[in-house]
Amino acid sequence: MKHLLTAAVLATAALFAGNAMAEDKPKLTVYTYESFVSEWGPAPAVEEAFEETCNCDLDFVAAGDGAALLGRIKLEGKRSDADVVLGLDANLVAKARESGLFAPHGQDLPENAVPGGWSDDTFIPYDWGYFAFVYDKTRMDTPPASFDDLLNAPDDVTIVIQDPRTSTPGLGLLLWVKHVYGDEAGDVWAKLAPRIVTVTKGWWEAYSAFLEGEAAMALSYTTSPAYHVIVEDDDTKAAATFTDGHYMQIEVAAKLVSTDTPDLADAFLAFMAGEEFQNIIPTTNWMYPAYPADDLPDAFGALAEPGKSLIFKPETTPEIREAALAEWLEALSK
Amino acid sequence: MIVVHNALIERGSFRLTADLTVPAGRICAIVGPSGSGKSTLLEAIAGFLPLASGHIRINGEDITVRPPSERPVTLLFQSNNLFPHLDVERNVGLGLKPSLSLTPADRRAIADVLDEVGLADLAARRPAELSGGQRQRAALARVLLRQQPALLLDEPFAALGPALRDEMLALIDALVLQRGIAVLMITHAPEEARRIAHLTALCMEGRIDGARSTDEVFANPGPELAAYLGIGS
Amino acid sequence: MTGKFSLCVLFFGGIALALLLALTLGALVVVGMQGAEAGALTSPDWRALVFTLEQAFLSAALSVLFAIPLARALARRRFWGRDTLTSLLGAPFLLPVIVAILGVIAVWGRSGWIADAMGWAGLGRLNVYGMPGILIAHVFFNLPLAARLILQGLADLPPERWRVAAQLGIEGRALFRLVEWPAIRASAPGAFALVFLVCATSFAVALALGGGPRATTLELAIYEAASYDFDLGRAAKLAGLQFAVCASAALIAFVVSAPVAASPGALTLVERWDGRSRASRIGDSAIILTVCLFLGAPMLAIFLRGVVGLDDLTGVVWAAAGRSLVVAALAILITLTLSLGLAALIVALHIRGARIVARLVDLAGLLPIAASPFVIGIAFIIVLRPVADPFALALLLTAIVNAAMATPFALRILIPAIRLAHDEHGRLADSLGLVGLTRLRVLYWPRVRQPLGFAAGLSGALAIGDLGVIALFSTPSEPTLPLLMHLLASSRQIDAAYGAALVLIALGFGVFWLFDRLGRP
Repeated sequence: MKHLLTAAVLATAALFAGNAMAEDKPKLTVYTYESFVSEWGPAPAVEEAFEETCNCDLDFVAAGDGAALLGRIKLEGKRSDADVVLGLDANLVAKARESGLFAPHGQDLPENAVPGGWSDDTFIPYDWGYFAFVYDKTRMDTPPASFDDLLNAPDDVTIVIQDPRTSTPGLGLLLWVKHVYGDEAGDVWAKLAPRIVTVTKGWWEAYSAFLEGEAAMALSYTTSPAYHVIVEDDDTKAAATFTDGHYMQIEVAAKLVSTDTPDLADAFLAFMAGEEFQNIIPTTNWMYPAYPADDLPDAFGALAEPGKSLIFKPETTPEIREAALAEWLEALSK
Repeated sequence: MIVVHNALIERGSFRLTADLTVPAGRICAIVGPSGSGKSTLLEAIAGFLPLASGHIRINGEDITVRPPSERPVTLLFQSNNLFPHLDVERNVGLGLKPSLSLTPADRRAIADVLDEVGLADLAARRPAELSGGQRQRAALARVLLRQQPALLLDEPFAALGPALRDEMLALIDALVLQRGIAVLMITHAPEEARRIAHLTALCMEGRIDGARSTDEVFANPGPELAAYLGIGS
Repeated sequence: MTGKFSLCVLFFGGIALALLLALTLGALVVVGMQGAEAGALTSPDWRALVFTLEQAFLSAALSVLFAIPLARALARRRFWGRDTLTSLLGAPFLLPVIVAILGVIAVWGRSGWIADAMGWAGLGRLNVYGMPGILIAHVFFNLPLAARLILQGLADLPPERWRVAAQLGIEGRALFRLVEWPAIRASAPGAFALVFLVCATSFAVALALGGGPRATTLELAIYEAASYDFDLGRAAKLAGLQFAVCASAALIAFVVSAPVAASPGALTLVERWDGRSRASRIGDSAIILTVCLFLGAPMLAIFLRGVVGLDDLTGVVWAAAGRSLVVAALAILITLTLSLGLAALIVALHIRGARIVARLVDLAGLLPIAASPFVIGIAFIIVLRPVADPFALALLLTAIVNAAMATPFALRILIPAIRLAHDEHGRLADSLGLVGLTRLRVLYWPRVRQPLGFAAGLSGALAIGDLGVIALFSTPSEPTLPLLMHLLASSRQIDAAYGAALVLIALGFGVFWLFDRLGRP
């Protein structure tokens, strides 16, 4: 029993020690998705750079893939520790605004941050990219060149996708298919269903399943192959270019109404739109920077370019999403 | 006739050496303190323990290396001789046919032995509905039915009251010995040996050195038995 | 028992009971109040219900079906390593779910060993996601548990029964019918019910191997409702549904036979004389070998890949390991407090002849089996939000939820020990006037010590591997080790994830071993 008590006391001590060590500097808490905050993601470099100027303690908290992130903020409500949420995307903006939890940024920002322009009083874009199916050139010679191609491809052209309810890529694909097929989207999903090996909660699960060879292709970004070239010196991965056009993702961040350090939050959002942050993005988050940055690494130049860029207007997405999601659930539940 | 010749049985670090002969129609008691190896001998004869060396013969047949089911021997335990979900008739019938596909002739034979042990009316009962004594009678009925030349009793009546125990011993006397079966019986109670056993063998510290007539053994117990029985020699 | 002592038992037992009821039924009520406007069941709700029942039934049926020949084979064969093997049957129960999932994928996944072999043999590729993957993972976890319970049933048969059968030459089918089947029939329904229950509340397996909306369990749907859409109404509705399903299953299990956790140590099995024929030897060897392969291959895959990944481990992993240890230590403390209090109360009530009350309290102790960790978690969020930040208490709350989940198992382990202590020497202690601490030390401690260590180890190992409710409270900048495995994989550090898996396995079994050891005199 003595041993048990000792263990328990030690455990409790360790639990509270963590809190007691926090410094006196103001703390800025940013909720984001998991891959952003990992050692290998943008967070470590961003944290170092911002803390040099802010005299604050920047704390990234990973709270799930984009859509789950919004769920999390709603779950925590006004009690949330978060000051800023980074990692929603244009498709979630209307839903996020509806929650009433986000505050206007009050900043004067260029409207040409992303292709097609962006102007919103609350949500600020920080990077962008195109959704695409990534494949392995050594495993597939001719990737499908359109959704129709994919629907009619041989049976071994399997895909792994993300759940639109939790993941922004998953939601992106849902809207992509809806954009291309409109009212026929439900039928397309039903036809697509047999080649979906799995539907994952987050982007990483799908992508790693693909890397593990569990599927011929994974839904990711046209920029994903750059990771393999730059980090792994591996040029076998490529994005399949679809003649239908590619749905575009604009990742955004915003300040929360409940923040206790609004000035710091504003400073962070301004920093995010600055060169230093933007230079970190391409080779850590593997997306295109949203604001002026240094020249992109060479590997980005070699990436597939979509012929046509598709996107719904942010304010229309909630309605489209709801209908498309119902079709998707129906088609994939069978 | 049971013959145990120069047997050595090893069980972990425990060793038992035994030499013993029980003629047909005779009952031999094995007396000795707990842990001296009495049960070990019975298990070896029944085939549950191998011999390291030596021989076991029943009616002249060498059975030393046979599996339990091919030995003409029945070892009766203190409890659990019956299968709880079978009625008495079928429990006894197992002695004839393990498959239990009993013919009318089989059933008559079963009825006969049940009658002999006094369970004629209880054939349809399950073991849980019987008293301890009745259960052992049913087990005994199975022994009679199998008509084997050797019966080993591992204190099967120890859990019964004195009156019942006497009754069972009388039953053994009347039914078993009469049929020329050789009986080897473990007992803790010297009076039990004196009452029923023609022969008595001592089991002390892992040795069994033959059986002598019971009267002789108790009349002239020798230092080891005397110490065990707590009497001056 | 003296008045003071039993007052103490009533007091602490009552508090433990109240806490457990609050955590289970209370949480359900709290969440349910949020979902007053939830409305009727929609078609996704129905699908989740049907799928939950279907996969739980199939998982339980397959586990028990394979467990029967395995238990038979293990019961009658003696071979080198058998005792180790029977002890190891308890191991998957302690294995973190996420580790097992990675292992199952490494073996059964599209590019796993089996798929390679099937592809090589020209049989096409198996898609592990969906029902097949869920069943494989569930059987991986529960076949050993079921085999262990059935083996226990066979081992509990009086040894004379095998000897009588051997003497009478009862072998093969007759032996199965006469000896083995009655024992199996007594233990298998309990095993089936337990596996059904475990699988009916399955979350991580369905999440990782379900492969999308077609394989959504109720537990997963509850999580989705709460964390995707913050739809507490739907979460409450589903939680009620799940509770009804599991409570009825638990009741049936409780009636059929009280579910038992795998008991510690190797079983003592009697020597057998049947099954010496060549065919039966080959059959038994085949089933033992097959199961060893089925259970061993995923572990081997994790080991082989994890050893490579150990190089990639950084300080983050060790920090996460530290947090997981904190969760485990807190969970152990809370589990022991809850289960000791309840066990003492149940035994005390039983001794005093309040059998029905004792049985009711016992039943309350099983409630967590039917409860959803997510409902408890959501209830914590709802209740704590006005007064504190529930997410700052992530580790503590995760420990509390895990402790509640481990309590039914701890109770199954502790109650018999306390009863035994009382039955054996309770009167002696009374007659000697042993009271208070002396009574605890002399009468109960020697008997309870070992089961207590076992229960502590079990609860610690389960908590260390938790990847359920932590997903709700997650603060991945300060992750626990299972959560970090997600993170590692998310950054495509697959090797590091397998490396972390090895660390997690070592910690889980280390904690179990340590406490189990502390319990031994």
